[in-house]
Amino acid sequence: MDPIHQFEIKKLFPIARIGGMEIAFTNSALFMLIGLLLILLLMLGATSSRALVPGRLQSVAEISYEFVATTLRSTAGTEGMKFFPLVFSLFMFILVLNVIGIIPYTFTVTSHIIITVSLALLVFFTVIIYGFWKNGLRFFKLFVPSGIPIYILPLVTFIEVLSFLSRPVSHSVRLFANMLAGHITLKVFGGFVTMLGAFGFLGWLGAVLPLGLTVALTALELLVAFLQAYVFAILTCIYLNDAIHPGH
Amino acid sequence: MDPQAAKMIGAGIACIGMGGAGVGVGTIFGHYLAAALRNPSAAQGQFGNLIFGFAVTEALGIFSLLIALLLLFAL
Repeated sequence: MDPIHQFEIKKLFPIARIGGMEIAFTNSALFMLIGLLLILLLMLGATSSRALVPGRLQSVAEISYEFVATTLRSTAGTEGMKFFPLVFSLFMFILVLNVIGIIPYTFTVTSHIIITVSLALLVFFTVIIYGFWKNGLRFFKLFVPSGIPIYILPLVTFIEVLSFLSRPVSHSVRLFANMLAGHITLKVFGGFVTMLGAFGFLGWLGAVLPLGLTVALTALELLVAFLQAYVFAILTCIYLNDAIHPGH
Repeated sequence: MDPQAAKMIGAGIACIGMGGAGVGVGTIFGHYLAAALRNPSAAQGQFGNLIFGFAVTEALGIFSLLIALLLLFAL
C-alpha cells in the first residue's frame, strides 16, 4: 500500500468552472464541513440548557472555553480577549479536524499545506493590520528591542525582521508536517501488519508486534493532534500580543 | 551525478538538521521536568512558556524538513 494515497484529494461533485479553473466540492471540503457541524452541534447543544451545575456536554464546552481564555489572558493580557473568537475558532477547528483525521478511512484536512498556510497567513495579516491600526508607526518598535548597544542594533533588527517574516512559514509547516508525518508512520506500520499477515500462521504471530505499535502510535497521534492545535493557538496568542503591545 | 540522485542525497542531508532540533526539544522538556520536580507548585504556571519554547525550537528543525520536502517534491 502506498502511504501517500490517503492524502489524495478527490472530487465529489463539480460546482462551477471559472476560466481554466475548476471549482469542485472535494473530500477536503466535506470533512471541513463535518468538523464545522460537529463544533456547531457541540456549542449549540452545550448552551441550550445552560444549567448552573453543568452536564457532560456543557462541561466540555466550558472546559474548552476556559482553556483557550486562560491561554489568551496569560499571553496577551485582558486586551487580547477581543481576539477570543478568532483564537477559539482556530483552536476548535484545528483540534476537531486533527481528531477526525485519526479515525480510519477519513481524510485529514490539516495534512494539506494549503489549509495550514491559509490559517497561518490569516493570523499573520491580522497581526500586521491590527498592529499598524492600533499603534501606527510605533509598531516598528517590535523590530528594535530596547537596551541593545547601538553597534549591534542593525544586526539585531535584521534578525528580528527575518524572524517576523519567517513566522507564517514555521506556523503553518509545523502543523502540516506533524500531521503528514504522523499519518504516514501509522500507514507504514499498518502496512507491516498486512505484509506479515500474508505469510500465514507464523506471519500472524509476527504481525502482533506492529499491530500493537499501531495502537500505541494512534494514542500518540491523539496527543499530537491536541498538542499541535494548542501550539497553533498559543502561537496565535503570542503573535497577537506583539500587535497589541509592541516593543520588548 | 544524476540530478535526481543528488536531490535525494540533499534531502537526506537536510534532515540531519532535525537532529539539532531534537536535542533542543529534549533539553527544554528535560529542564522543565527537572525544575517541575524541584518546585511542583510553580510548574503549572510555566506550561505556556514550555510550549512556546518547544514551538520556537521545533521551528528550526521544521526549516530543515522544509528544505528536504522542497528538494523532493517542489524543485
